[in-house]
Amino acid sequence: MKDLLKVKGLLVLLFALLILLAACGSNEESGESSEPTDNNSEQTAADNEEETDSDTGEEENTDKAGEKLVIGFSQVGAESEWRTANTKSIQDAIKDAGHELKFSDAQQKQENQIKAIRSFITQKVDAIVFSPVVETGFETVLQEAKDAGIPVFLVDRAVDVEDDSLWVTFLGSDFIEEGRKAGNWLVEEMADEEGPVNIVELQGTVGSAPAIDRKEGFEEIIGQDEKFSIIKSQTGDFTRAKGKEVMEAFLKSDGENIDVLYAHNDDMAIGAIQAIEEYGLKPGEDITIIGVDAVRGAFEAMADGKMNVTIECNPLFGPQLVELIEQNFAGEELEKRIAVEESMYTMDQAEELLPTREY
Amino acid sequence: MKAIIKSRLFWPILVLMLILLINLFFDSSFFSMEIRNGRLTGSLIDILNRGAPLILISIGMTLVIATKGIDLSVGSVIAMSGAIGAMTVASADGTGLGPLLMAIGLSLLICTFVGGWNGLLVSRVGVQPIVATLILMVAGRGVAQLITGGQITTVYYDPYSFIGGGYLLALPFSIFIAAFVFLIAVLLTRKTALGLFIESVGSNPDASRLAGINSKNIMLMVYMFSGFCAGVGGLILSSNVMSADGNNAGLWFELDAILAVVIGGTSLMGGRFYLTGTVIGALIIQSLTTTIYSIGIPAETNLVVKALVVLIVCLLQSPEFRRKVFGFGKVKGAGEQKGKEGATLL
Repeated sequence: MKDLLKVKGLLVLLFALLILLAACGSNEESGESSEPTDNNSEQTAADNEEETDSDTGEEENTDKAGEKLVIGFSQVGAESEWRTANTKSIQDAIKDAGHELKFSDAQQKQENQIKAIRSFITQKVDAIVFSPVVETGFETVLQEAKDAGIPVFLVDRAVDVEDDSLWVTFLGSDFIEEGRKAGNWLVEEMADEEGPVNIVELQGTVGSAPAIDRKEGFEEIIGQDEKFSIIKSQTGDFTRAKGKEVMEAFLKSDGENIDVLYAHNDDMAIGAIQAIEEYGLKPGEDITIIGVDAVRGAFEAMADGKMNVTIECNPLFGPQLVELIEQNFAGEELEKRIAVEESMYTMDQAEELLPTREY
Repeated sequence: MKAIIKSRLFWPILVLMLILLINLFFDSSFFSMEIRNGRLTGSLIDILNRGAPLILISIGMTLVIATKGIDLSVGSVIAMSGAIGAMTVASADGTGLGPLLMAIGLSLLICTFVGGWNGLLVSRVGVQPIVATLILMVAGRGVAQLITGGQITTVYYDPYSFIGGGYLLALPFSIFIAAFVFLIAVLLTRKTALGLFIESVGSNPDASRLAGINSKNIMLMVYMFSGFCAGVGGLILSSNVMSADGNNAGLWFELDAILAVVIGGTSLMGGRFYLTGTVIGALIIQSLTTTIYSIGIPAETNLVVKALVVLIVCLLQSPEFRRKVFGFGKVKGAGEQKGKEGATLL
């Protein structure tokens, strides 16, 4: 046991030494960084002058501009086609820009994600990109990243943390707006209906930002008209299998009363479409189906007339993200919230657009 | 009457009935069934259909637990089986049955093999079951992710949907699969000496060996069977949604399966086992899930409700608890009292 303690002590010493050495390294770098490296070096130099009196952390950041960065990326998981496209877009954009990528898949578990971020910090990456699995509980690990001087970029999903200095910027879709778009489309589509219009909702993973916000935005719009009512709402965990199982139960308990299905993502909607078909109703006709994400599977379903509309949630923002990271290291101030460009697709457009969908 | 109450199956069946009755309270058409498109549909059919994978896996788990073992790897084996099945038919087109048979054969073969790997570790190397199967629990999911490349793979080959989504004689095909495996298991363990061997190995492996039973092979066999069952379950789950999901398929199934076995009255200490009890246990778990969906319990309270019901079932299973709470000898009155209590708690 005593030996073990000794070994541990030695390890701690070794780590301390390493950290000291690393600190020296970055100081040296800052000394020679005025040398122009590529085309945005002018800007870098200008920034350097401006920020000479600011704290060392930022100075260190500035020096990295234009250099090869090591970027740690912690993704939620691979629960849907959307996520897959998002992962690929970010991975490709980072590699194409000549930076080094360290990727970690959290498989829908917060503890995996916290572990991944801690390991990024110990590996001393230059920047951390992550999509939080849930909104809360990341204060400690974000503080650790901040203390280590590593800028954190939130993508796709936000965190519910009061201190917004813990991350550089949040690049992602506005989920509340997506919910509102879905609500608006439904209100317009059902303008001539007498009502009541009974809606069932398939929520995303309990506690996740898209599930909370898409619900909120949607309810905000349909709440203005009394003919709309959400009769059942249950989580389908963003997966096809769960979406199908839950929809099956909804159909058994409410059956023909269901007029509209609002699914928080397309994969659940696709699962639900299978359930509706097996039940003997016509998806898209007997039950109006609204999905969010605009994945390829949704376009296939819409082209077959089985789904009515999907609200786009654009996952291909990898290039935009890399640009933001580079801007940060070039010393530019970034806004705390940057939205991704998105639109909405209906059944009529589906067939035409299907071949052009990348994901 | 006393004989009925003393039966091991009495309490699980009572709870199952209660859960179903609660549904009736919320939805008067819960027990009704009708024929739609030549298929019998209804909530009860749904419970059987959705419960089929869990029933299958729990049957395998029962035999493993009867030998005083445990198989934590079933969830991962489900993911592997689905991944292998879906990838085999991913490139297939048309309606020929060749790729389907190959997918089934390949998945089941590999799943039985990895089950055998568990069995080897436990019976020949002497690794503790919980550790031996933990290895495959971690590795299996990794293998599944490797096969699917970490992505969800969609299958566009129609015959594949028959395993988990097809209908035979107006009933979902998966029910037949579960019933078939159940019958085989019952016949093999109750009509031959095999069941007795398994129970004796679970009670005391050394004594069984000295009595001339090949304990090691019995253990190897039950793990292989558990792997096989998980393989079948995995194919059903993957075929039902026509996709393979290495990350989420079969997640936490091992826990549900162990729960089903325990609810069914089989002791984790090994020895006697009750296959029918296990099936009822699995049905309780599935009915509970379906109930939660159909009576509109808010999404964020799902797990609490589930835990509460499971707690009640486990307490009712314990003779000690029944004696303390309901008093000794007044078993008949206790049944009614319990009924009310269950209803108010829900």
